[in-house]
Amino acid sequence: MKEVISTTKGTVVSKTVDMKKDGYRFVTMSCVELDADTVDILYHFDRDLHLKHLRLTIQKKEAVPSVSLVYFAAFLVENEIQDQFGIRFDGLVLDYERTLYLEKEAPDAPYCRISVSRDVKSGED
Amino acid sequence: MARTIIPFGPQHQVFPEPIHLKLVLEDEIVKEVVPALGYVHRGLEMLADVRDFHQMIQICERVCGICSTIHAQCYCQGIEELMGIEIPDRARFLRVIWAEIHRVQSHLLWLGLFADAFGFESLFMQCWKIREKIMDINEATGGNRVNPSINIIGGVKRDMNPDMAQWVLTQLDLVEKEVNHLEKVLLNDYTVKKRTVGKGVLTREKAMELGAVGPTLRGSGVEQDIRQIGYAAYGELAHRPVVGIDGDAYSRNRVRFLETLQAIALVREAVSKLPAGDISVKVKGKPEGEVVTRVEQPRGELMYYIKGNGGKNLDRLRIRTPTFANIPPLLSMLPGIELADVPVIVLSIDPCISCTER
Repeated sequence: MKEVISTTKGTVVSKTVDMKKDGYRFVTMSCVELDADTVDILYHFDRDLHLKHLRLTIQKKEAVPSVSLVYFAAFLVENEIQDQFGIRFDGLVLDYERTLYLEKEAPDAPYCRISVSRDVKSGED
Repeated sequence: MARTIIPFGPQHQVFPEPIHLKLVLEDEIVKEVVPALGYVHRGLEMLADVRDFHQMIQICERVCGICSTIHAQCYCQGIEELMGIEIPDRARFLRVIWAEIHRVQSHLLWLGLFADAFGFESLFMQCWKIREKIMDINEATGGNRVNPSINIIGGVKRDMNPDMAQWVLTQLDLVEKEVNHLEKVLLNDYTVKKRTVGKGVLTREKAMELGAVGPTLRGSGVEQDIRQIGYAAYGELAHRPVVGIDGDAYSRNRVRFLETLQAIALVREAVSKLPAGDISVKVKGKPEGEVVTRVEQPRGELMYYIKGNGGKNLDRLRIRTPTFANIPPLLSMLPGIELADVPVIVLSIDPCISCTER
């Protein structure tokens, strides 16, 4: 992967807005578990068949600002990451609350080797 | 008029696979659509944790039954990039040949399903009858009608001798002739036009904004096709994307029809330029690092993100399939149309749900 720009929770939305202004198409996002506590979220963009990526490294327990208000297409993959990795996205335009693929009683974060469990009653991690 | 909610799917006669659309209607007009997935989610990406990276080729081939070869090609291409492997020229051309044969069978399958969606049964049967010749080619050249396993890391595992290549071209000549016969009906028939022209319009701007790919994107006038990157041997072949203008269901139909003929021409050209030599190189070592690789599936851009750690298992395999990208554009096509047109418009993106959910 050649063009990878690091970003933070505070700047990911503004950098995504910049990508849109520069004419980039939203391709998708990839979530990669790094260790027991952290994940990488990669945002992939394309312009004239040229790829550019944003990399956001976060703690699993942290909520990530959704970019679905910038690129509507992101709502689907953000919901997928919520299902598979248990990462929460704030401000999703359409939030399935972890039921895009999963049933409510399914295990939290089935794609994590070491997952964070959530107390359903209190909503706390 | 009170709003009515109609559940469309997961079992519906136009859907070969299950997806559920919650349609909010006012009278007969669609006002809102909410998709629900999860009926065929298999968690295939997670098998990269437990399968050897060579074994993952067979898993990738089973992400989709319609474009299995192209999934494996994308995966192998990514691993080869990670490991710095340069495959032989003959293997690059053979990959194109099998990928384009796959495109023909996928588009013919879709053209038939599309005809079925607007009730044109005889056209459906005609498309699938022609497709049978392609399935025979798959079986004769790849050993399997549906999942011809061709790709390996380092090249391909099957060769095509001159006699076999000539037989394939003869079969494709017949397919081309029969597909050309369909043109009058598929593109000019009153019934087809009545059900598709002006239906499910996706403007060029919306297509780009919502991340549409493949014939859905090109049907809206955007000349973009991952084959333009020149992966495998595409850089050495005469290829220019087929583009529509109007962005409606008819335009997407026209793009796929013309791409079927274009794919046959590409096979012909690839066979004529097929270089002599080996079909694979020996692979040593294990993949390490991360890569994003893309190919053009019949439904559009397919993207694989692969992360290796130098071991036999991968750290992460992420697959973004074209239908996954075309769902948001579909949601924008449906509001404002009549309920009776929903099946035609949904089919017009060529949805593949097993691909989407993996």
